Amino acid sequence: MMAEYEAVIGLEVHVELRTKSKAFCSCPNVFGSEPNTNVCPVCLGLPGVLPVLNQAVLEYAVRTGLALNCEIASFSKFDRKNYFYPDLPKNYQISQYDLPLCRNGYLELEVEGVKRRIGITRVHMEEDAGKLIHGEGEDADCSLVDTNRAGVPLLEIVTEPDLRSPEEARLFLEKLKAILQYIDVSDCKMEEGSLRCDANISVRPVGTNVLNPKTEIKNMNSFRAVHRALSAEMARQCAIWEAGGRVVRETRAWDEEQGTTVGMRTKEEASDYRYFPDPDLVPIVLSSDFIARVREGLPELPEARKQRFVREYGLPSYDAGVLTSSRPLADFYEACVRGYPDPKTVSNWIMGEFLRLLKASDLEVAETKLTPSHLVEMLELLKEGTISGKIAKTVFEEMFRTGKRAREIVEARGLVQISDEAELARVVDEVLAAHPGVVADYRSGKEKALAFLVGQVMKATRGKANPQAVNKIIKEKIQ
Amino acid sequence: MELFQLTAHQLAEMLKKGEASAEEITRAVFARIYEVEDRIQAYVTVTEETAYQAAKEIDRKRREGEIPGPLAGIPAGLKDNLCTRGTRTTCSSRMLENFVPPYDATVVKKLAAAGAVFTGKLNMDEFAMGSSTENSAFFPTRNPWHLGYVPGGSSGGAAAAVAAGEAVYALGSDTGGSIRQPASFCGIVGLKPTYGLVSRFGLVAFASSLDQIGPLTKDVRDCALVLNAIAGHDPLDSTSAPFPVPDYTSYLTGEARGVKVGVPREFFGKGLDPRVGEVVRAAISRLEDLGAVVEECSFPHAEYALPCYYIIAPAEASSNLARYDGVRYGYRAAPEKGGNYNLLEMYMRTRSEGFGPEVKRRIMLGTYALSSGYYDAYYLKALKLRTLIRQDFNRLFEQFDVIVSPTSPTPPFRFGEKAGDPLVMYLSDVYTIPINLAGIPALSLPCGFVEGLPVGLQIMAPPFGEGTLLRVAYAYEQSTPYHLARPPLKGEPEQEPVEKTGP
Repeated sequence: MMAEYEAVIGLEVHVELRTKSKAFCSCPNVFGSEPNTNVCPVCLGLPGVLPVLNQAVLEYAVRTGLALNCEIASFSKFDRKNYFYPDLPKNYQISQYDLPLCRNGYLELEVEGVKRRIGITRVHMEEDAGKLIHGEGEDADCSLVDTNRAGVPLLEIVTEPDLRSPEEARLFLEKLKAILQYIDVSDCKMEEGSLRCDANISVRPVGTNVLNPKTEIKNMNSFRAVHRALSAEMARQCAIWEAGGRVVRETRAWDEEQGTTVGMRTKEEASDYRYFPDPDLVPIVLSSDFIARVREGLPELPEARKQRFVREYGLPSYDAGVLTSSRPLADFYEACVRGYPDPKTVSNWIMGEFLRLLKASDLEVAETKLTPSHLVEMLELLKEGTISGKIAKTVFEEMFRTGKRAREIVEARGLVQISDEAELARVVDEVLAAHPGVVADYRSGKEKALAFLVGQVMKATRGKANPQAVNKIIKEKIQ
Repeated sequence: MELFQLTAHQLAEMLKKGEASAEEITRAVFARIYEVEDRIQAYVTVTEETAYQAAKEIDRKRREGEIPGPLAGIPAGLKDNLCTRGTRTTCSSRMLENFVPPYDATVVKKLAAAGAVFTGKLNMDEFAMGSSTENSAFFPTRNPWHLGYVPGGSSGGAAAAVAAGEAVYALGSDTGGSIRQPASFCGIVGLKPTYGLVSRFGLVAFASSLDQIGPLTKDVRDCALVLNAIAGHDPLDSTSAPFPVPDYTSYLTGEARGVKVGVPREFFGKGLDPRVGEVVRAAISRLEDLGAVVEECSFPHAEYALPCYYIIAPAEASSNLARYDGVRYGYRAAPEKGGNYNLLEMYMRTRSEGFGPEVKRRIMLGTYALSSGYYDAYYLKALKLRTLIRQDFNRLFEQFDVIVSPTSPTPPFRFGEKAGDPLVMYLSDVYTIPINLAGIPALSLPCGFVEGLPVGLQIMAPPFGEGTLLRVAYAYEQSTPYHLARPPLKGEPEQEPVEKTGP
């Protein structure tokens, strides 16, 4: 009777900002350096040093707040969140507590054709901690600290418990990621930890407004994991209620391998962070001019761009949605359309081959060797009949893989389409002679036989034959 | 007077005229250190070698025709909570006994740029918590006026060194009176500048919203000269004020005519040693003689300053001192003999062994005051009181140019006299603490003696009113002989000098 339940989900998303330097010092903010190389006395919290806010962090945070329809506080401050941890250099984290920079925002989702508005409770700034590397084997009894990440600027985005299903949660995150990338504040790479998500979830019978005890799920490191973890947890909670039990409020970890959530600690022992205003940092006072300036600098956001794609390129809403789901993809599409003004054809290639290859190779748009001019050149070859649609796919794959130009590939591999009727007629004759049985089948009305014969011609020409021409010639010869 | 007894401006004059070289002056000061340090015990670390290098460098520059500033070539000491690149900065704590910062505090950089010759690092109460320098983890410093008495705290080493001629001037830090009270006890001038006038970068934090670095000098002119060198905006400290700073010596006119002076009656009530009261009242009469307009006034929330301070300062300290955990630098306790320990045990042993009792007391106080359920009752209430105290001062400064009071309610006391009772010790700062809560500047200068021990007069001014402070202080000083007196280093410590156990 699981269908009678709905989930009540709220998300806490941590986003690492891609500023050039860290939040409170001038150390470079980059991922993947040798341990403890991007550090200075300030981000290490050595005695006597003081944090000074990186203005870019403030601007990125305001940009994010505006993109998420938040109110931007004209007066805000930093607080200290006190707790001991070996990778937390000062043993407190500079964060924001009662006066976050942004609050009361929302993000709109379209779920199965229905518009849903998901509330954003708050967006606040904080600094990241370092990282512990636990020894293995002989070093199992020691842990190493890498402080490169300490002081990297983070935004914490907290939603209202407005999400009603794991699928909605995933859609929300995808949309949020797209927005953050559009406004260029983060690269949102979950696998590098630049986007991290915790989820609060409870379940209740559909149609009621009760708020049952919730659990908090941690350790989810992909959108798929969020979806799976929430589904698993929802099922677990439903089963407890169905069996007449009670869900306990606790923190649970997602175990990717087992596909289950595992209890970590119960919420009873809630930490006392002893928040208080950080006396080393002056309060943040923002002028309406500053906020207006940041607002003016916002780029076109995904929703607006989607609408424009439908309007300007006459694309189906579905296509427009997929193409605008990430800024690099939408930019790629628009660059292609500028070079080859047939929006639907371009859309088909991007949504089909391009996305398929991206997914298969686990690459981002920006990481591929394929540029819009590659695709434009290939589409021109296709249009002028130099290559067939089938060859085009081969060419596309090779362009994607090697970054070579379409003409170069076609020439090097001799892939130019054979449209010369005399040459094709010679090959058709050979094929017909070799398969008299199939020819007979076709004559007796088996339409499928034609496809076989065409296929044989293609094979004989190594895919270079123009299929329409071959079709025509076979039909003429057999009738 | 011998070289080590002179002021910075007197020595600067001699340097200018070629009557002495920086090297000679430096030699004189180190000779003095060798002569008296075993009795005074002001230094945690002496940096003789680099001092001579710096002095020679200044002499070379002068020979080559450069005209260095008024502090160039003058030996100065630094309280041991000011970070010095390459030189151990201990905060007189076991916790930082071997900590060598890879950076200089901004004030150290500024003084170095002004040509200062650093003599070393001066003893203090551990992490600047205390009023007698008895809380140093290494050894107590003695008062040069009488070795059986404390020099005050927490900049006790700095005050004693300047008074005894072991440094021409020094920098200290003042969180609740830690420059002014020892200056008062040692008969010198001590200034706590306006919060934000001097960069705190490189000052090992005790309570960030109250800490301020300031000079300890032999007279008011030196005070103005040192302030000139260290004041000003620092991009490394976001709480430092982005204002241009004037030449503070331009305020030293010798004139106090027409200055409106407020005397809050709350600073002359219960708890004030009547002998101190008498000396301070005489000093106020002196101001009147100089043409100042003196009037009694009221500081209604004065009695709340001490409790308010003892919530806010420990709260901030509990957080500021959390970084000393044995993980990355400083002291780390070893596991029990033959045993092993987990992370929590390592933290607990490190902090138990690394911190002294007063530091632990304040960390616990602060942790308690910030914890959920007590935050509103203590910390938040203290913040509200802090606002009321600020407002009291604002009101007073609508009416008066400066406010005066005793610096400390008592003359210097004997070792051990108050050390056993923290609450009695805390009262030592009852007149200085409100100033830190309000963030205003205040100065202590010698105004007489009680049984051969110095008494200080405290002068307070509105934010960034250092000029006015110095003007009034200078006028008073120039009309009295107290700043010319030099301590006799008499008396004997209660017990034999403690062997220096320090690093």
